[in-house]
Amino acid sequence: MADEITSIWVYLATSPLLWLTMTLAAFALGSWLNHLLGGSPALHPVLLSMGLLIAVLLLTGTDYDTYFEGAQFVHFMLGPATVALAIPLYDHREQILAWLGPLLVAGLAGTAVAALSAVVVGALLGAGPATLLSMAPKSVTSPIAMGVAEKLGGLPSLTAALVLMTGSLGCVMAPPLIRLLRIRDDAVKGFAMGLTAHGLGTAQAFSISATAGAFAGLGLSLAGLLTAFLLPLLVGFLPIQP
Amino acid sequence: MNLIHGMLGILACQLAGEAIVQLAGIPVPGPVIGLVLLFAFLLWYGEPPPALRRVSDTLLDYLALLFVPTGVGLMVHFPLIARDWLAIGVALVISTAVTLAATMLALRAMLALRSRRDG
Repeated sequence: MADEITSIWVYLATSPLLWLTMTLAAFALGSWLNHLLGGSPALHPVLLSMGLLIAVLLLTGTDYDTYFEGAQFVHFMLGPATVALAIPLYDHREQILAWLGPLLVAGLAGTAVAALSAVVVGALLGAGPATLLSMAPKSVTSPIAMGVAEKLGGLPSLTAALVLMTGSLGCVMAPPLIRLLRIRDDAVKGFAMGLTAHGLGTAQAFSISATAGAFAGLGLSLAGLLTAFLLPLLVGFLPIQP
Repeated sequence: MNLIHGMLGILACQLAGEAIVQLAGIPVPGPVIGLVLLFAFLLWYGEPPPALRRVSDTLLDYLALLFVPTGVGLMVHFPLIARDWLAIGVALVISTAVTLAATMLALRAMLALRSRRDG
């Protein structure tokens, strides 16, 4: 009996089906745990399900390539999801056109500060080039950040984790900063939250008001586009020693 | 209209984006060009067809799930994280605070400047 179970496991452990199922199961469990723990952005379902899956893979001695054979079907949808961001952007087209100048200047400033500050502080504290290149696009929504990290020569999977941590940090730090800087305009709050903390910041901005949420969506899209187009050009000027 | 048409529209934009990136040799992810193409198409066409909106709403609702497979790849980088964890942690905290503050102050200043000029 034990032999049969072992041989079934050996068969299933290498099949894409098992790891595709496990990915969905871990995400469902992670979402449930997050809900149970009060929906804190510091314990985002993605972070929880990543932790669960890494634990299962390490305990069963499964390597990442075997896991990815199954998980690639979920991963593939990131590309179409990036393209789909055009629809919320289209929904906000009138606000974008009305505030085009101020939004572009603030977007450029925020995007540059996001990448530069992370790389400069990281470099001062002795982080290696792969870490720094993975950290540069950390404020941008994951599908774009991972694509940019790959183009720059960083590690997309490290970037994915840094993006999620940045999103959680942004949600925790935004309310005290808004009070400290006495920001009253919801559009300004939302735009900064979407630009800094991508989808997690956007979700939290919707809890302030619909205006904050709409401008967070715009901040997210603008940061993604500016980073995708400008960071590959700027990377030569960043303090990264190969 | 059904989901096939919506998905077809999105995949066609992504495919065109990948082709443009390869042909022009620009260092931008293909799906980002796809995003720009779809946005430009919608500006010309008008309100997105219901099928397209349904597919995109579904994709964006489950956006978080799509990061999991790559995020698990973190396990391959444990040695790197063990080496750089302090630099990563401090850089993320400082950079997130500075980015939030810089963006809010810049947008508030720009809007104030504009309303004074229009005023």
